[in-house]
Amino acid sequence: MDNLLSIVTFLPMVAAGILALFLRGEDEAAQKAAKWLALFATSAVFVISIAIYVQFDPAAPGFQMVEEYNWIAGLKYKVGVDGISVLFVLLTTFLMPLVIGASWNVTSRVKEYMIAFLVLETLLISVFTALDLILFYVVFEAGLIPMFLIVGIWGGKDRVYASFKFFLYTLLGSVLMLIAMIAMYMQAGTTDIPTLLQFQFSSSTLTILGFQIVGGAQSLMFLAFLASFAVKLPMWPVHTWLPDAHVQAPTAGSVLLASILLKLGGYGFLRFSLPMFPVGAEVWSNLILWLSVIAIIYTSLVALVQVDMKKLIAYSSVAHMGFVTMGIFAFNKQGLDGAIFIMVSHGLIAGALFLLVGVIYDRMHTREIAAYGGLATRMPAYALIFMFFTMANVGLPGTSGFVGEFLTLVGIFQVNTWVAFFATTGVILSAGYALWLYRRVVFGDLIKESLKSIADLSAREKWIFAPLVALTLLLGIYPSLVLDIIGPAVDTLLNNMEPQLAAAKAVALAVGN
Amino acid sequence: MISSDLQTVLPELVLAVYAMAALMWAVYRGKDAEAPMLFGLTALVLAGIGLWIGLQSAGTTTAFNGAFINDGFARFTKVIVLFSAAIVLLMSQQYLKRNALLKFEFPILISLAVVGMMMMISAGDLMSLYLGLELQSLALYVIAAFRRDSARSTEAGLKYFVLGALSSGLLLYGASLIYGYTGTTSFSGITAAIGTEKLSPGLLIGMVFLITGFAFKVSAVPFHMWAPDVYEGSPTPVTAFFATAPKAAALALFARVMFDAFGGVTGEWGQIVALLSLLSMFLGAIAAIGQTNIKRLMAYSSIGHMGFALMGLAAGTQEGVQAMLIYLVVYVTMNIGVFAFILNMEKDGQAVTDISALNMYSRVEPLRAVALMVLMFSLAGIPPMVGFFSKFFVLKAAVNADLAWLAIGGVIASVIGAFYYLRIIYLMYFGEPKEALDGSMPAFHWAALMASAFVMVAGAINLFGVESLAGAAAATLLK
Repeated sequence: MDNLLSIVTFLPMVAAGILALFLRGEDEAAQKAAKWLALFATSAVFVISIAIYVQFDPAAPGFQMVEEYNWIAGLKYKVGVDGISVLFVLLTTFLMPLVIGASWNVTSRVKEYMIAFLVLETLLISVFTALDLILFYVVFEAGLIPMFLIVGIWGGKDRVYASFKFFLYTLLGSVLMLIAMIAMYMQAGTTDIPTLLQFQFSSSTLTILGFQIVGGAQSLMFLAFLASFAVKLPMWPVHTWLPDAHVQAPTAGSVLLASILLKLGGYGFLRFSLPMFPVGAEVWSNLILWLSVIAIIYTSLVALVQVDMKKLIAYSSVAHMGFVTMGIFAFNKQGLDGAIFIMVSHGLIAGALFLLVGVIYDRMHTREIAAYGGLATRMPAYALIFMFFTMANVGLPGTSGFVGEFLTLVGIFQVNTWVAFFATTGVILSAGYALWLYRRVVFGDLIKESLKSIADLSAREKWIFAPLVALTLLLGIYPSLVLDIIGPAVDTLLNNMEPQLAAAKAVALAVGN
Repeated sequence: MISSDLQTVLPELVLAVYAMAALMWAVYRGKDAEAPMLFGLTALVLAGIGLWIGLQSAGTTTAFNGAFINDGFARFTKVIVLFSAAIVLLMSQQYLKRNALLKFEFPILISLAVVGMMMMISAGDLMSLYLGLELQSLALYVIAAFRRDSARSTEAGLKYFVLGALSSGLLLYGASLIYGYTGTTSFSGITAAIGTEKLSPGLLIGMVFLITGFAFKVSAVPFHMWAPDVYEGSPTPVTAFFATAPKAAALALFARVMFDAFGGVTGEWGQIVALLSLLSMFLGAIAAIGQTNIKRLMAYSSIGHMGFALMGLAAGTQEGVQAMLIYLVVYVTMNIGVFAFILNMEKDGQAVTDISALNMYSRVEPLRAVALMVLMFSLAGIPPMVGFFSKFFVLKAAVNADLAWLAIGGVIASVIGAFYYLRIIYLMYFGEPKEALDGSMPAFHWAALMASAFVMVAGAINLFGVESLAGAAAATLLK
C-alpha cells in the first residue's frame, strides 16, 4: 500500500461524492441512508488509518509514506507524515465516526450536513499530511468553507454573525501567511516542506521605513505566520471568534472545532514557525509566553462567570491552548512534548465535554447552566461520565489532562520561572470553573419541573463516550503511547533549531552591546 | 506585400465583412424577424474565428508596417474575447426575447465591437490602437442604451458615451504628445526613441494620459465611476458582455502598449499601475459592501478584479503578464457563470436584481444554489476554487517584483471583499424564507452556469493547461 495516506485522505471525499450524486429525496429513509453511509465511510477511514499507525516507524527520522505528484505552477502534491502529524491524522480519523454518531438527531438537510462533514474530514487530514507549502495553505483555507456552512446552516440563533466572524477572522489571519509563503518560495526557490525545514532563511537585521527589525526576514515571516496561527489556535486577544462560533455551531461542529480545528494553529507552530524561523521565534518568544499567561488566567476568569455551558467550555479551551503555546515556546523537550500531548488530550476531553453538553441540549434545548441542577438523580450514567471528563479537564493525575499540563509546566519552569508561576494558577482556576459547572448542573436537588422526566444516556450515546473515556484513561496511565511517537520528531526539531538559535543569540548580544 | 498583409488580418477582415453582410441582409430581408437566426449565426462565426485563431501556427507576423501585430499574446487574448462574446451572445437571446428587445442590430453591434477589440489587441501603432478602441467603444455606447424606452438604459448609454469620449480625448492627447516627442506613432519606434533612460517630462505626461485612457476602459479606480451606473442601467445581457470581452481586450491593450512601446522604462509606469491596482482592489471591495443590486455589486466586483489583474501588469515581468492572462481567463469564466445565473433571476416574469430575492434560494433550486455558491467562493478567492489560484499567480508575480506592499494590500482587500460574496451565500443558505425566484432556466444557461462552476472546482487539479499557454503568450509579448 504505497498510497495509504491518499486513500485515507480522499475516501471521505468519495463518500461525499456518492451522497451528492446518488442520494435523492429528503424522506426518513434517505436521511437514514446518508447517516449510515457517512458513519460507514468515517469508520472505514479510521480502520485504514490504523494501518498508517502500524506502518509508521517512530525511530526513523523525517517524513514517511511520502507521495509526490506534479501539480500546477511548479507546485507539488506531496504528502507524508512524521511523528507529530501522524498523531493528528489519527485523532481526526478517530473522532470523525463519533462526531457522525453524535449527529444522529439532525433532521434538516441531512445529506448536505453529512457531505459537509465528510469534505471537512478530507481537508483536515490533508492539512496534517501536506508537505507542500501551498498545498498546505489551500487545504488549510478550504476547511473554512464547510465549517462556515456547518455553523451557518445548522447553527443556533445567532449563527449568521458567528459564521461571518469565524470566516473573516480566520481569513484575515491566513492571507498574511500566504504572502509570507510566497516570500519563502522566492527566497528558497521551493515550496517543498522537507527542503524548507533545512533551509536557513535570512535573519540579519533589516531596516524598513526607519525601523530596525531584529531577526530580519525571519522575524517578518514569523509574524505573518503568527497572524494566522494565533487566530486559529486561538491566542488571546484574537480569540473572540471562538466562543461565538462554538456556541452557535451544532454539537458535532463544536466538537470538530475544539478537537481538530484548534489544533491546526499549534500544529502550524510546530511545522513552520519553530523549525523554519527559529530566530524569529526566539525574538518574539517572550511576547508569546506572556500572551499565553494572560490567556490562561484571563480566559479562566471569564469562564467562571459564563452562564452558557458551551461558552464556558470554549473559554476553557482558550485557556488550554495557552498552555500549548507556552509549552511550544519554551523551546525544550518537555515543553514541546507537553504541548503536543495537551493538544491530543484536549482533542479528546473538549470533544467529550461538547458532546456532553449536546446530550442535555438535545433533551432540553437550552445550554443555560441555570436551567439545570440535580441531574445526578435522573441521569447517573451521564453524571459519571461528566464527572470523569470534568476531572480530566482539570488535569487530575491518571487522566490524559494531567500529563500534558505537567510537562509544559516543567518545560517552562526551566526557561522562565515567573511565567511558570502565573501559569500554574491557571490549573487552580480551571478546577474552579470546571467543578463549579459540574456542581451547578449535576448536583443539588432536582427541583426544576422540566427536568423531572429527563432520560439518561441512550445506548448510542454510551457507545460514543466509551472510546473517549477509554482513550483518555489509557493516555493518562500510559502516556508513552504518544510520547514515544513524537519523541524522535521533537528531538529532530530541537536539534535543527539549536545552531540557528545560537547564532541568533550571538547577533542579539552584538546588537545589545 | 499587400497580400501577406491581408493574410495576417484575415480573421478581422472576415468578421468585419460578415458584420456588414449580415446588416445588409437583415435590412433588406425580414429585419427583426431574422434576429433569432442572426444570433445563432453570429455566435457561430465568432466561435469559428476563435477556433481558427486558436489553431493558427505559432510565430509572430506583422502587417501594415507594424501597425498590426499577430503574435502569441494577441492570439491568446483574442480567443478569450471571441469565445466569451459568442457565449454571452447565445445567452442574451432568451432574455432579449422576453423583454421585447430581440433586434437584429444586437448581434451585428457585438460583432463590430469584437472587430474593434481584435484590432486593439493586435495594435502595433498608436493609430491602429485608436481606431480599434473607437470602433469598440462606439458599438458599446449603442448597446448600453439598447433598451431605448427605458430612462435607466438611455442614461447608462449617455453616461458611458460622455465619459468615454472624455477618456478618448485624454488618450488622443497623450498619443499626440508621444508622437510629438518621439516623432513616430509605431510602438517599436517609440521604444527605440525612448531607450532605457528616464522619460522626458513631455513623454511622461503623454504616457500618463495614455494610461488614464486605458484605466477608464478597464474601469480602474479612480476612472471607474461609469461602471456601476452602466452595469445597472444596461440590459443584463449587455452587462454580461461588458463584464467579459471588453475587459479582456482593454487589459490586453494596456499590457501591449506598456510593454511594446514603454518596455524599456518599466519602472516609470510600474508605480502608476501599482497605484491603480491598489485603489481598484480596495474600492471594489469596500464599495460593494453596501450594494443590494446584484448588477451594481458585480460592477464593483469587476473593479476589484481588474485591480488584481493590474497587479500582474504592475509587476512588469513576464511572470506578471502570465499571471494577468491566467487571471483574465478565470475572471471571464467566473463572470459567464454568474451572469448565466443573473439573467434568469425572475419573479412572476419580471426580472429581479435585488439580492434579497435570493433568500433561501437553496431550498428552491439546490443545484443552482450550489453552483452559484462555488462561483462566489471562487470570486472571493477562497481555495481550493480556481479563483484562488489566479490570485496566487498575481500575488506571486508581485512579491517576485519587489511589490510586497501591493501584495499585502491586495490580500487585505480580498478579505474585505470576501464579505459581500459571503453575503450572497448567506442569503441563499441561511437567510429567512421569502417568496422565492421562480424563473426557469434555459438549457444553455444552465449548462454555462454548471460548466463554469465545475471548472472552478476541477481546475484546481491542473488549471486545464491554461498556465503553460498563458506563459507562452506572455513570452511573446516580452520577447
